[in-house]
Amino acid sequence: MKTTLFGPRARQRAASLAFIVGFFLLWEAACVVFSISPFVLPRPSAVLVTLVERFPALMPHIIQTLMTTMVGFAAGVLTGVILGAVVGSSRIAYDTAYPLLVGFSSIPKVAVVPIFVLWFGSGTVPAILTSYVICIFPIVVNVATGLATTSPEQQDVLKALGASRREILFNISLPSAMPYLFAALKVAITLAFVGTVLSETVAANRGIGNVMMIATSNFDVPLVFAGLFLLAVMGVVLYGLFSLLERRICGWASRGADTPLA
Amino acid sequence: MNAAAQTRPGRFDNAAIVLEDTAVTYGHGAHATHALTTTSLSLRDGEFVALVGPSGCGKSTILKLAAGLLPASEGYVFVGGREISARAARVGIAFQNATMLPWLSVRDNIMLPLKIVSPFKGDYRAKKNGDYRARADALLAQVGLTGFGDKFPWQLSGGMLQRASLCRALIHEPRVLLLDEPFGALDQFTREELWGILQNLWMDKKPTVLLVTHDLREAAYLASRICIMSPRPGRIVEDRAVEFARPRTVDRTYDNDFVELMQSLRAKITHDGPNAVGSTAA
Repeated sequence: MKTTLFGPRARQRAASLAFIVGFFLLWEAACVVFSISPFVLPRPSAVLVTLVERFPALMPHIIQTLMTTMVGFAAGVLTGVILGAVVGSSRIAYDTAYPLLVGFSSIPKVAVVPIFVLWFGSGTVPAILTSYVICIFPIVVNVATGLATTSPEQQDVLKALGASRREILFNISLPSAMPYLFAALKVAITLAFVGTVLSETVAANRGIGNVMMIATSNFDVPLVFAGLFLLAVMGVVLYGLFSLLERRICGWASRGADTPLA
Repeated sequence: MNAAAQTRPGRFDNAAIVLEDTAVTYGHGAHATHALTTTSLSLRDGEFVALVGPSGCGKSTILKLAAGLLPASEGYVFVGGREISARAARVGIAFQNATMLPWLSVRDNIMLPLKIVSPFKGDYRAKKNGDYRARADALLAQVGLTGFGDKFPWQLSGGMLQRASLCRALIHEPRVLLLDEPFGALDQFTREELWGILQNLWMDKKPTVLLVTHDLREAAYLASRICIMSPRPGRIVEDRAVEFARPRTVDRTYDNDFVELMQSLRAKITHDGPNAVGSTAA
C-alpha cells in the first residue's frame, strides 16, 4: 500500500477537507449573492467573528455542556453494557427483555424532559438524565446482539478444551462483541449531545443549549449559529476519539472485512 | 456383524474413546429426531480411526459426544478411561472451518489451548513469550507455516488456516484428537498435501485420532481403521482395519489394493442404504 503524501488515504482526506471548505464557501457566496438577511441566515464569516469575540463568555457554557454530556454518556455506557450483557447472556433473556426495551426506546426523549424537570427541578440534573436515557438503548441492543451472535463453533473449540463459562466469556464472547460496542459508542456519544442540548433548551440556566435559546429570543442569530457550530465540533471531536480507539482496539474487524471470515 | 457392537470398556483396558450403547435424540415424542441410534464404538490408545458415511448419518454427533459438546441421551461415553460429562474432555479438536479468532494473531490462536487447559494455564503468563511461543513456532514449522505466527487469520488462505487449526488442536499434546471434516472445504491438492502433514503429526506423537470424513480416499490414506456408517438414522455397518504400510503416499492411493479397499467400502455404503438397513442387520 502506498503511504506517500499523494497516496489514496491522503487524497481521500484532501477531498473531505475540500468538500467542507467548499460547503462554507458556497454558504458564504449564497448569502452575498441572494443578499440573505443575517437575521435569517448569517454568513459563516459573521458566525466565525461572533465565535471568536464571544469565546471567553461561551467557554463556561461549553464546559457545562461537555461535562453534562460526558457524565450522562459515561453512566449510560456503564448501564448499557451491564444491561446488554444480561440481555445477551441467554436467548430467553433476550426474547423476554427485547419488547420492553423497544417500547422504552420508541418514547421520544423530548417527552421525558418535562418529567425529569418535574422530579429534579431545572438545571444540570435533568440534562444529565436526558443524555443518559437517550444513549442507553443503542448500547444495550448492540452489546446484547454482539454477545448473542458469537460463533458456536468458536465456543465449541473452547468447550472441548474444558473451558469454563467465564473463560468462554473472556476469550470469545467479549472480544467478538467489541466491534458492536464501538459501533454503539459512536452512535451514543452523538445522541448524548442531543439529550443534553434538548434538556438545556427546555430547562436550564447554563450550557450551549441555554445560550442558543436566549440568543434566539434576542434575535442574535449569529450567536445561535455559533452555538450550533460548537456543538458540531464537540460531536465530531468525540466521535473521532472513539473511532480512533475503535481502530486501536478492534481494527481486526474492519481490516478483515474484505476477506470472508466465518 | 460388527465387532465394535460387542465391546465393553472393560475388555479394552487401553481404550482411549469408548461409546457404549450411546444414542442421541433431539426433541420429545412425535417430534423426536434420532441423530444417532444406539451405537457402540471403541478406539484403542494411539489408533487412527476414520468415521465415514453420508451426510446426516450422525458421524459428527459421535465426534461431538467424544468432545463432550453434546450429552448422550442414552448410554455412556468414556474418554481416557473416564466418563465424560458435557464440557470436560480437554481433547484437541478441529472443524471444517478453521474457526480462528480474528482478533488474535495466528500464534496467539494456536496458543489458546495453553491458556485454557491445565497444567499449562497456570504459567501461561510467564511462558507465553518463551517456552509456549517456541512450542507454537515449532508446530507452525511442522505444517509449513514458518514465519506466519505474527500474521492475522484474514491474511492467510483457507489451506493455511486449516494448517494453523491443526496446530491449535495439537499444541497441548492431547491424547485424543477429534477432527470433523477438517479438509472438507479445501481443494484437492491442498487436501492431499495436508493428509501428508497430518500423517506425520500423528506418527510423531501417536495420539488417538477420530477423523470424521465423507472422503473414502482420505480415510484409506490416513486411518488405521475405518468405520462405515449407514444413512440416517446412523449405525456403524462396517468396521475395517487398514493395514497399508506407513508413511503412505498419494501415489499409493491409486494402487490396486488401495482402490479395491475403497470400492468394497463404497459398496457397503450403497448396499446398506435406507431400504436395506433392516435386512443386512439380520
